[in-house]
Amino acid sequence: MLADLALAVLVVALAAYAVLGGADFGAGFWDLTAGGAERGARLRGLVKQSMGPVWEANHVWLIVVLVVLWTCFPRAFGPLMETLYVPIFLAAVGIIFRGAAFALRGEAATIAEARALGATFALSSLLVPFFLGCAIGAVASGAVPAEGDAGDPFSSWTGGTAILTGVLAVASCAYIAAIFLAADSVRAGLPDLTEALRRRALGAAVVAGALAIGGLAVVEADAPDLFDGLTSGGGLAMVIASALAGVVTVGLVWTSRFEPARYTAALAVGTILAGLALAIRPDFLPGELTFEQAAAGDATMIATLIAVALALAVIIPSLVLLFRLKLRGKLGEEFHPITTGDGEKR
Amino acid sequence: MIGDLLPIAQAAGEVSQPYLLEARQMQALSLGVHIPLVCFGIAFPAMVLFTEWLHIRTGDVVYRTLAKRWSKVMLILFAIGVVTGTILSFELGLLWPGFMEQWGEVFGFAFAIEGLFFFCEAIFIAIYVYGWDRLSARAHFLSGIPIVVSGVGGSLSVIAVNGWMNNPQGFDLSASGEVTDVRPFEALFNPNLWHEEVHMYTAGLIVASALVAAVYAVAWLRGRRDRYHRAGLIIPLAVLALAAPAQLVIGDWAARTVAEEQPTKLAAMEGLDQTTEGAGLTIGGVYADGEVYGGVTIPDLLSLLAFHDPGATVEGLDAVPADDRPPVGWVRNSFQLMVGIGTGLAALAAWFLWMRWRRGSLPATKWFYRAVAVAGPLSVVALIAGWIVTEVGRQPWIVYELMRTEEAVTGAEGIPIGYATLVAVYVGLAAVALFMLRRLARTPPEVEAAPGAAGTEVLP
Repeated sequence: MLADLALAVLVVALAAYAVLGGADFGAGFWDLTAGGAERGARLRGLVKQSMGPVWEANHVWLIVVLVVLWTCFPRAFGPLMETLYVPIFLAAVGIIFRGAAFALRGEAATIAEARALGATFALSSLLVPFFLGCAIGAVASGAVPAEGDAGDPFSSWTGGTAILTGVLAVASCAYIAAIFLAADSVRAGLPDLTEALRRRALGAAVVAGALAIGGLAVVEADAPDLFDGLTSGGGLAMVIASALAGVVTVGLVWTSRFEPARYTAALAVGTILAGLALAIRPDFLPGELTFEQAAAGDATMIATLIAVALALAVIIPSLVLLFRLKLRGKLGEEFHPITTGDGEKR
Repeated sequence: MIGDLLPIAQAAGEVSQPYLLEARQMQALSLGVHIPLVCFGIAFPAMVLFTEWLHIRTGDVVYRTLAKRWSKVMLILFAIGVVTGTILSFELGLLWPGFMEQWGEVFGFAFAIEGLFFFCEAIFIAIYVYGWDRLSARAHFLSGIPIVVSGVGGSLSVIAVNGWMNNPQGFDLSASGEVTDVRPFEALFNPNLWHEEVHMYTAGLIVASALVAAVYAVAWLRGRRDRYHRAGLIIPLAVLALAAPAQLVIGDWAARTVAEEQPTKLAAMEGLDQTTEGAGLTIGGVYADGEVYGGVTIPDLLSLLAFHDPGATVEGLDAVPADDRPPVGWVRNSFQLMVGIGTGLAALAAWFLWMRWRRGSLPATKWFYRAVAVAGPLSVVALIAGWIVTEVGRQPWIVYELMRTEEAVTGAEGIPIGYATLVAVYVGLAAVALFMLRRLARTPPEVEAAPGAAGTEVLP
């Protein structure tokens, strides 16, 4: 019961990170593919305006995931880190580069600096979701042993399911980001960007959908237990919900209704993560360790769940305030295209 | 009682890791990068908000310009601190999986509380820094208050974990060495919490104020002596003048607690080999090969300071087996360095206060500004030296007297590769950050307002 509640918290926090943090990572993807300095300037300006005030807060969801993981499921956290240290370390390095490059890009004064920092930011935006996705796929496909020798540092996360999950994570970030950016461009009154982003969102949706459907065959071959979990019971229900939410999102984007599309896209990502959790449950490390076995003692679980409930009571109104101020244009980032960086305009 | 549990805990899993020292250095490097940044997340916001309050009270635009400029620095350093802090979270698991697996459920609750404060800080720092010209003056000032509160609360909960590692409690161990009956609040409010937190928060104020003052002292030496630069110098110096002398008293409190709770650490801090009645204190000197070279020894002073009794017995390193002693050289020399710099900062503060009181002005001599310029970097050295005392002084234990660091370390290969990567990343990051901050410092304040923002401030 307590383990299930903690698992629910974990899935919600992970979904929040995948959606809100994912939108920021995906923004990096569109920044990277925006084209030359002149052609991509307006899109890069929108990315900066859109991410500026919120990315730190979005990043904190990852910290919540880590803290709940090691506090509530310490006996899974240890083995997980001992086997998956390569992708997790690479993701951590990506996080440093990305955060620092984004924070400092606003201070770039020459086109060379802006390019170097922009490229660092954009490239690392791809690496972080890829490696974190690989790690999640490795756990779900049962590549992490609980006892005895740790799993192989490379083959554990380079199986079909793990790589698929990594690629899917990148695609879903790009897809969410295109929708969020399109909605922001409507508010900012930039119709040329809205149309460009609408096309990108549809393209990313097709790629992500194709990967998800085609990927099922990979999962069936590579991790049959996970496949069974995803195609029966709660797992199946979530997969269907995710597919429906995905289809509705495509319809909304097609007809340029980006605000509601934000929520259906978030639902599509959240449900697929819930589906993964339901598919492997009751095991945390499939075939090795259940969520119950991995869980901390009752006192810790209760204290942490109460702390999380209190935290949500404080944080959700604060986050609503932040997003409302941002959407109302109360937070000072002005839109201007990024070509030479801001420094020269000062 | 804890001694009885010892063999059980030691029996828990043993992995072979030839690069234990490199793993510890990797963790130390990440902490050394993160902790100075933290000072700008926990303590600096109070200075920024105080400066904004000065503007609201006096209407003087200089204060607003300063607060706005500082808030941008605060945001950049907070953002970098967010990522270096994330690295630390990852490293706890990557490098010390045994520690997290066995003890995560005991101290993890403190991190859950920290997450709450961290979230609040990230949200309101964005509202504060991006809201300068858009929110009403009152709303803007109010949006800064949660940042200050989160800084205190966040540091308190992280320090709780460190205090717990030095003074573990709030759980029982079963016969097989399993953690049972966890009492999260008892673990959180361990006896090391309060002195460590007050010591660290004050250190945060000192580092933030000394570094900011150093920037304006250099500008002063280069002849920039307008009201803007003068205010930028006096505000941090005033903070330093309060914090640096207070830190001497707080440090005494911390050392007395260490004397009671971790006598071996105190013995290492002082380089005291033998258990001694009426132990003397050696000031200065360098510890190497089991001896202190140089320095002045004052009889009975250590007993007096540690137990407020000149005849008290102070436990020496000989009280524990050689295997259970920390590397004394690192601990003692770092401790001397910290105390030396701390005393120097307090003297600088006294100089500043004396001149304000007697003449109502800043000292005229260039040596004062040179001293302030040096005090900034030195305060960072003292901060890191202090953490070396706490962390290296706890060795060979990761959880004091319950789990050895070598039992907690990962069995993973490739630690030297990870270490080298991290060094390269941090060196690059530091170079770029310094370059960018220097440029921010060179941008003249008159044109600071963002393009299109409400009015450009012109300095009087």
